[in-house]
Amino acid sequence: MVQFVTRRLLLLLPVVIGILLVTFTIVRLIPGDPCVVMLGEKATREKCDEFMARYGMDKPIPVQFVRYLSNLAQGDFGNSLRFGRPVVDLIAERLPMTIELTIGAMLFSTFFGILLGIISALKRNTIIDTATMILANIGISMPVFWLGLMLAYVFALLLKDTPFFIPPSARFSAGMTLTSLAKYWGLENVSGLQKFILDFMSNSVIINVVFTGNWKILKDAAWHLILPSVAVGTIPLAIIARMTRSSLLEVLGLEYIRTARAKGLIERLVIAKHAMRNAMIPIVTIIGIETGALLSGAVLTETVFTLPGVGTALKDAILGRDYPVVQGFTLVIALIFVFVNLIVDISYAYLDPRIRLE
Amino acid sequence: MTETLKPIAENYQEQYTRHSPAQEAFRRLLRHRSAQAGMVMLGILVFIAIFAEWIAPYDPIALIKTVKRREPPCVHLLGCPKDKEQHIFGIDGNSRDLFSRVIFGSRLSLQVGLATISFAIIVGGFIGAISGFLGGWVDNIIMRIMDVLMAFPSLLLAIAIVAVLGIGLINALLAIGIVSIPRFARLIRSTVLSVKELEYVQASRALGASPLQILFNRVLPNAISPLIVQGTLGIATAILDAAALSFLGLGAEKPRPEWGLMLGEERNSVFNAPHLVFFPGIAIMFTVLSFNLLGDGLRDVLDPRLRGSTRG
Repeated sequence: MVQFVTRRLLLLLPVVIGILLVTFTIVRLIPGDPCVVMLGEKATREKCDEFMARYGMDKPIPVQFVRYLSNLAQGDFGNSLRFGRPVVDLIAERLPMTIELTIGAMLFSTFFGILLGIISALKRNTIIDTATMILANIGISMPVFWLGLMLAYVFALLLKDTPFFIPPSARFSAGMTLTSLAKYWGLENVSGLQKFILDFMSNSVIINVVFTGNWKILKDAAWHLILPSVAVGTIPLAIIARMTRSSLLEVLGLEYIRTARAKGLIERLVIAKHAMRNAMIPIVTIIGIETGALLSGAVLTETVFTLPGVGTALKDAILGRDYPVVQGFTLVIALIFVFVNLIVDISYAYLDPRIRLE
Repeated sequence: MTETLKPIAENYQEQYTRHSPAQEAFRRLLRHRSAQAGMVMLGILVFIAIFAEWIAPYDPIALIKTVKRREPPCVHLLGCPKDKEQHIFGIDGNSRDLFSRVIFGSRLSLQVGLATISFAIIVGGFIGAISGFLGGWVDNIIMRIMDVLMAFPSLLLAIAIVAVLGIGLINALLAIGIVSIPRFARLIRSTVLSVKELEYVQASRALGASPLQILFNRVLPNAISPLIVQGTLGIATAILDAAALSFLGLGAEKPRPEWGLMLGEERNSVFNAPHLVFFPGIAIMFTVLSFNLLGDGLRDVLDPRLRGSTRG
């Protein structure tokens, strides 16, 4: 297993280098003076010269790339043109929100997707099965942002005065904010990596609440996260349900299942212990693939629900030509995606020992 | 004995030899339930797109002076007073007839899907063919580049590409086309690799066929089924992504009747004029669903091995 993980990590290296190359190239492909691109129209001559020297813009491209890497390694992602703040600070501020949304959507889609898939497979060719699969097809074809708006309309307007009211926008109710952990611990003077980690932890509701004990804000945040999670999770849910159904049906036809039944095992155990374990492999693959869809969906859904995450930041940065932010956030999202796929691969190896030996 | 056998033989002939594989596949497609639904829906869409000028009661771009902005739908059959003008989907934020805009949107949406995927198939196919035929380090480099492209969530890569190219419909389409390249490149490459060493390909090479001739006459016929399946499903994804880019304001620009843009423009009026959000969304869903259903059907008919797996 250790060997497998090491090999997988080594295989990741060229992909990560490729991603770095892409984000490095993106900004250089933009027509115009790189100085204007990265510092904005109002940059003075001196600032420009300083920038050119700092990032080695006058040097050959390979040198620039190495400089870019070494800057990244030191946590220097450049400065946002619009906010005049380091991009790293923005990442620490925005990323936790998007991760929360992605996790919420993933929990929703995995739980209900597998549940519906199992029901569909066990009730094969009944009305329940057909209805579930038709719904799954519709679910796959829905635009995430439209579903988000429709959910907001139904749960925030039509059900306004009922107990089913769910807030349609923002991360918290008005007046609620997360306490900065740096302030909480009196560590306002730290910088660099420590500051990044502290900011990141402050902005992630769960971690923050664990330290500050402010459970009210956790409840509030979870309540606000319901609609966006459902919107983002619906397409993956439909795909997971279809996959679970076909994977389980395939496994149920195998002989070891017949043996398990023949020896008198109750059906629930046959499904849970024997069939699902083998059926899980393709399902886990799909969950991994769908993480990309979840991240993309998060970008769109944040816009709909006005959530302060990576997606809204990226969109605003593109519309405002804030290229350092575009570069930094694209890199972060791609790295997360790669990391998730790594976890998926490792979990296969855990589920199916044959893969480890290949 | 011979008398009773003869009709069976004739019957056999009739059933099994009259049809080419393509005809046979088409017959099975016509019997496939989700493909039937997909084809009917797609047929309706193509009809609407072609005859948009006749179906739409108003101009999709010109403003109507006699109505209020964001007026809810007025359908005479559903009890709207007869003396009012009929606007079955209501009026949009710029006092235009929403129904006409949705109708014209079908044209754009189908064009978007076909254009991006044709681009991806041609470019991706060419790249994949080079990679498969040449092999060695060229293959290695090309495939690593494809790996990197696939390491990004596709919509996010498209967003990043639009950031470089600039905002606009054509750039958005180009971006979506580019992010769809890897899947077709891989498909063609694997077909090339699987047939390259087969004897009939070796034979035509010995007879002096150029690589291009081999590609078109020997490799493509083997790749056509998965290409059709992946292409159809790819169109669905491309239409969704294009709508998403326009929704974010990175794609089509006002006043073009593009469904994603219509949704994006009116997203803040969802509480006071929900019809403006509802109908364009339904149109997108209908279109994407039709391609998905057809794609699923094609996959079952053309390539039973792939059954059960999802989007490329």
